Amino acid sequence: MNTQSHAMPESFGSQGIAPAALNLTRPMYWSVRRELWENRSIYIAPLAVAAVTLFGYLIASIGYAMSTTNIAQRRAALEEPYGFATALIMGAAFLVSIFYSLEALHSERRDRSILFWKSLPVSDLTTVLSKASIPLFVLPLLAFAIVVATVSIMLVLTTLVLMGSGVSIAALWKPALYQMGLMLLYHLITVHMLWYAPFYGWLLLVSAWARRATFLWAALPPVAIGGIERIAFHTSHFFDLLHYRFAGGPEAMSTSDFPLDPMMHLTPWRFLSSPGLWIGLLITAGFLAAAVRLRRYQGPI
Amino acid sequence: MTVIEAHGLRKAFGTTVALNNIDLRVEEGRILGLIGPNGAGKTTALNAILGLTPYQGELKVLGRDPWNERDQLMRDVCFIADVAVLPRWARVSQAIAYVAGVHPRFDRAKAEGFLAKTDIRHTSRIRELSKGMVTQLHLALVMAIDAKLLVLDEPTLGLDILYRKQFYDSLLNDYFDRSHTILVTTHQVEDIQNVLTDLMFINRGRIVLDCSMDEFESRYVEVMVHPEHLVAARALKAIYERQVLGRSIMLFDLKFDHVDRSQVARLGDVRTPSISELFIAMLGDETGNQAGQAQGVAI
Repeated sequence: MNTQSHAMPESFGSQGIAPAALNLTRPMYWSVRRELWENRSIYIAPLAVAAVTLFGYLIASIGYAMSTTNIAQRRAALEEPYGFATALIMGAAFLVSIFYSLEALHSERRDRSILFWKSLPVSDLTTVLSKASIPLFVLPLLAFAIVVATVSIMLVLTTLVLMGSGVSIAALWKPALYQMGLMLLYHLITVHMLWYAPFYGWLLLVSAWARRATFLWAALPPVAIGGIERIAFHTSHFFDLLHYRFAGGPEAMSTSDFPLDPMMHLTPWRFLSSPGLWIGLLITAGFLAAAVRLRRYQGPI
Repeated sequence: MTVIEAHGLRKAFGTTVALNNIDLRVEEGRILGLIGPNGAGKTTALNAILGLTPYQGELKVLGRDPWNERDQLMRDVCFIADVAVLPRWARVSQAIAYVAGVHPRFDRAKAEGFLAKTDIRHTSRIRELSKGMVTQLHLALVMAIDAKLLVLDEPTLGLDILYRKQFYDSLLNDYFDRSHTILVTTHQVEDIQNVLTDLMFINRGRIVLDCSMDEFESRYVEVMVHPEHLVAARALKAIYERQVLGRSIMLFDLKFDHVDRSQVARLGDVRTPSISELFIAMLGDETGNQAGQAQGVAI
């Protein structure tokens, strides 16, 4: 018995030689990949929207631009849809984020596969974080990449159409690249990743908790809280709070709205110093911690 | 080495007691069958061992507390909980890649080797596979993991007898050695009689029988009584009697009935009972099992 009890820690020890970092990042990496395998809409939906937008651009905008001989009009017709395409792709990614989050911790319980996932050495924390990373990182960055690709194709088409008409290529590309590259990335990180994080945290928590009708459970409590407040106190602080959060907080105020204004100023310090950001992130952490705890207790439904 | 050790393990759902102060000890290299009627507490016991449900009392699996250390424990423990828990949307290749990605003890070549013996294609989605193939796939994944403890909860439910036989054959031939420990529950008791090294009956949250198969064979004896010895046989008070083709078959517990083998052998043809016969004898009446009562002692 004595030799056996010595043998155990040794065999565990040989496992432990593998770097701790590897033990953390590998399950995380594969869990995120698993999410992409399961939810192909994560990339198919924004790609489909991009394809449709490009198709429409080819037919409508280029067609219209060719029908006019006025260079200024032609250029306007070709440039106008950039912002529209951006907004559509971002909107698709945002919708996918919402539906993904509502399903993330629910579908594995519904199809009983949670029993398989729990039979593997992956902690509940890793699982919840990998699922949270989809709306918080993967989708915004993916949307960014698709927007850049789509608008670049549009720019190439614009350049081809306007070639030889005396319009400077630099004048076409510079504002567009600035808009997409810098402003869009900034907007995605500040608003979609950081400012909206509590929304996704809430949706993931509901998906870990509700046995069915996740959408209703996600929507009803906020409506109920706001409604009760209005009836009891005749105020609407809660709805105002939600609206402020949804509208994008301090960033939305400085960035007007879509399409992104190329002349706007980045105000990261103002954003980073707003207490709303940090309170929101704290609430997100709370929601996710609750989701981790719930997943530990939950089995198939 | 003790693989599972429980003292006073208790679990209640509201007023229903699923596990009632269970003491349990499973040593390395055993194949333990946990047998019990529906609702006896089998799955609850397994869930506690696997860290899927909180419990009261003391429980150590491979020296760890399953509820608080599930993810570390799962490096050394594998389980097939019920059939068809593999994600239906995944492709076979994805399931293999994922397990290979997250499990430090998974041997991919071994899994591929097991799969090569089946008709399962890597490009198939799991939802396209038959129930038997899903079980084969799950078994291939699990057998390719060098785990210390394998837990099987109704692994062959709904499979035909060929798949069931093949399942336990591969488990014994390709997987089991004295460094592995297997804990299995099933209602298809006859499938595992020759597989087990240890047997445990559980009923209403309590363990009602805990013995090795060697002990089972020496302790329980079934006699097809010659009609002329019937009265003498009944005087020995068998734990169970049933009628087959007009002959009485009696089951004796040599340990508690104060009879010995030679005494019983004089009454008729002696053989080792099947697990299911002992199960019916011990639990049939108690659980109100219809089959048990119909074949019961009353004549």
